[in-house]
Amino acid sequence: MERNMEEFAIIDNYLCIKMPGEVDHHGAASIRECADRLILDDKVKNIVFDFEDTTFMDSSGLGIIIGRYRKISCFGGKVYAINANERIGRLLKASGMSSIIEILA
Amino acid sequence: MEKECAKREVTQSMENQICVEFDAISENEGLARVIIAAFLSRIDPTVDQVEDVKMAVSEAVTNAIIHGYGEKGGRVVMTAKLSGDGELAVDIIDKGVGIEDIGQAMQPLFTTGADKERSGMGFAFMEAFMDRLEVESSPNEGTCVHMWKSFITGQIASQPILQAAVWNRSGRV
Repeated sequence: MERNMEEFAIIDNYLCIKMPGEVDHHGAASIRECADRLILDDKVKNIVFDFEDTTFMDSSGLGIIIGRYRKISCFGGKVYAINANERIGRLLKASGMSSIIEILA
Repeated sequence: MEKECAKREVTQSMENQICVEFDAISENEGLARVIIAAFLSRIDPTVDQVEDVKMAVSEAVTNAIIHGYGEKGGRVVMTAKLSGDGELAVDIIDKGVGIEDIGQAMQPLFTTGADKERSGMGFAFMEAFMDRLEVESSPNEGTCVHMWKSFITGQIASQPILQAAVWNRSGRV
């Protein structure tokens, strides 16, 4: 499943990724591939995951975030999660993700 | 009104069981979540309870597809049973490679799929979002994940508390 490139936007050196309604292993590969292509090609420094549309996320979502974090943190980049609903926000915090990413309301 | 309530209690106390078998392809992870949510709907669970079960089912089915069958396809069986006392039992069964060391596999952050960016949190999530978890597995025979969750009316939805994992700068503990 090829992702719609409109879900990825580069603003300054921030890559903004609009996460789908359901983040699971099924959709993870295409998000990863698109994101990594942009990280390589467009000199992205920071990444913003936008969870506005997301109602479900399992541990595959954590895998996506950790993987992107590894790619950019060695160059001093930061990872942010925005617009997460209460449940996903709780999941990010409880699983310790808040120690490597910044969760903004 | 009173009559309706009584009727409702009767429906709730009846047992119900389903068994679904599907191809071990990632597309069916979402299907398994939809099926389990629909199956639960008749006992009027809270949104959080449904999401907890969907999460656990998603993790177990994903494990079967990725680790059990190595993403090479196969069949996954999901059985779900609601007992008269409002307890859900879900089994996710595969006939894949099996798990050699279950204890190790169940440790938070342990993963054999680091190259595929698995977080190693699958079993931890199943444990956190369900009341009880048991894993049976034999190498080359397959794996069966049993999970239970109680939906007794009036019970406060359990707040999943994960043992907070700490990722260091390289993204690992």
